[in-house]
Amino acid sequence: MFRFVLRRLLQMVLAFFGTTLIVYALMFAGQGDPIQALAGERPVTPAQRAYLTEKFHLDRTGIGGFFYRYLDYLKNLLQGDLGQSLTGRSIGDILAAAWPVTVKLAVIAMAVTILFGVTAGVLAGIRRASLFDNATLVLTLLVLGIPTIVLAPLAQYLLGVRWPIFPPTAGADPDLWALLLPGIVLGSLSLATALRLTRTSVAENLRADYVRTARSKGLVRRRIIGVHVLRNSLIPVITFLGVELGNLMSGAIITEGVFNIPGVGFNLFRGIRTEDGPLVVGIVSVLVVVYLVANLVVDVLYAVLDPRIRYE
Amino acid sequence: MTESAVRPTPASPTPPGGHLLEVRDLHVEFRTGEGVAKVINGVSYHLDPGETLAVLGESGSGKSVTAQAVMGILDTPPAVIRSGQIRYRGRDLLTLPEEQRRQVRGKEIAMIFQDALSALNPVFPVGWQIGETLRHRAGMSRADARRRTVELMDLVRIPGAAGRLGDHPHQFSGGMRQRVMIAMALALDPKVLIADEPTTALDVTVQAQIMDLLADLRRDLDMAMILITHDLGVVAGVADRIAVMYAGRIVEHADVHALYRAPAHPYTKGLLASIPRLDVRGRELATIRGLPPNLMRIPTGCPFHPRCPYVQQVCVDVVPDDLVLADGRTSACHFAQEVHDDRAR
Repeated sequence: MFRFVLRRLLQMVLAFFGTTLIVYALMFAGQGDPIQALAGERPVTPAQRAYLTEKFHLDRTGIGGFFYRYLDYLKNLLQGDLGQSLTGRSIGDILAAAWPVTVKLAVIAMAVTILFGVTAGVLAGIRRASLFDNATLVLTLLVLGIPTIVLAPLAQYLLGVRWPIFPPTAGADPDLWALLLPGIVLGSLSLATALRLTRTSVAENLRADYVRTARSKGLVRRRIIGVHVLRNSLIPVITFLGVELGNLMSGAIITEGVFNIPGVGFNLFRGIRTEDGPLVVGIVSVLVVVYLVANLVVDVLYAVLDPRIRYE
Repeated sequence: MTESAVRPTPASPTPPGGHLLEVRDLHVEFRTGEGVAKVINGVSYHLDPGETLAVLGESGSGKSVTAQAVMGILDTPPAVIRSGQIRYRGRDLLTLPEEQRRQVRGKEIAMIFQDALSALNPVFPVGWQIGETLRHRAGMSRADARRRTVELMDLVRIPGAAGRLGDHPHQFSGGMRQRVMIAMALALDPKVLIADEPTTALDVTVQAQIMDLLADLRRDLDMAMILITHDLGVVAGVADRIAVMYAGRIVEHADVHALYRAPAHPYTKGLLASIPRLDVRGRELATIRGLPPNLMRIPTGCPFHPRCPYVQQVCVDVVPDDLVLADGRTSACHFAQEVHDDRAR
């Protein structure tokens, strides 16, 4: 296990450099004149241009210049300096403000997924082909069939405007109540998947030979399902939830955009829209790390949950 | 008759307190999308304290389903018990409420299964799985259960038992896994042990060890055992009586020595002839022609008639009764006596 984690950590370093390089290249390759982009609508004097060209090492041209700037960026990044966005704000500060909001949103979405998705999945798996099972099937297909870009504005209109139960938008520094509706919308997709996954897994495990053994031991049904079946059924579900949590932590561009939530996804989208190269690259670099760590945690968790899996 | 009836025969009168376990005229169907499969069609057998009954048959003959009906672990649906009785110490288990039925499982009648790898829960340590029965059925404390678990694992001769409590099923060899399974079944001192093809998934040498272990345990713990198998070779050294099943019915029921010496049903005769023998070399192995019947369309008359070398018109038309032969054994064949005396054409 130790060697597995070590190997994965080394792979993560490679993956980190690879992805940041690609994002860095894509973001700056698409840009026209970076100095003009920095200045926006205002004119740039030759003196300012000369100063900025030197400051950002833009005097070095071609592929050599690109790598010089990339390595310069990495050097700062490894020292914990994400740099400044084109608006002049420290990217570190932007993330420090945005991340807690995204984490709150992710926790709500995850709670909704586990509370309703996994529970309903277990019930549907136990009572296969019942009315409840079929009802959840229809509902989950419906949710899975509607893209977030439709579901989010729909929920916002129906539950925020038409019947104003929830605040329609979150705004700056939102509280948990304001994040509840977006959290449910965000969680509904993973809820549907978690439900289907749990149901299949429970139904499959109920037919397993070890269940027959547990019955022949004379255990009560509650224990057979609650201990033997659940412990096995939840292995793939927990793996899925782990990956899903990694996704949620990296922000939700559409949901945060629709409900005007100043989270990571919201800032990332703004960076892309305003061609704010440093902001996009900065956020993505951090997201890459989050994602890699989340995946590692899931892999380790998998081995802990299923003793048959040994990484060596 | 040619045989001396020294041993108790199948038709021996019911002992004063009744049999320990008795299956009476059991009928079980499986209702599936394609139709109704008549899996058990009037099975009757009994078991007395301390004896071993072998239930022999091909896959699909209904031997495991009968055992699962006795245990009360048949999945219903698709299985439906149409009629019959399963009497344990005089009580019909089929009429008991589920809660009382559950009390019988493991405590009175325990069962071990063919493939211990899938029959054990893959994510729990074996010590935990054996101890679970002790903690939740016998109400033992964690420490007591642990002590008793080690005793049980010693009893089934797992070397270094105390050090293996925390191992998971996949860390054991096939033979050791089956021993874990047996230890688990013995946890509550059952009076009846049902062994459903306990050695089928194992190597030949390990098979012999497990069979020896089961025979020893049965004797030492004074249990009765039902040994389900398709392997005539496994039966000879262990069983007292044999019930041969075909198409959900017991076609021959006899004392083990009597059956080996002179089978009284053509199917049994075919099975015996198809055992490879070391002393008869260079001859092609005898087989029973044809395939076991489709249980959704069991042939008319005697279900074995399409495969029987002695078939007559009466076999196609009339379902044979259980004929009781002179020495008390039974055979569901119109020509049982002739087959037995080897006079059948």
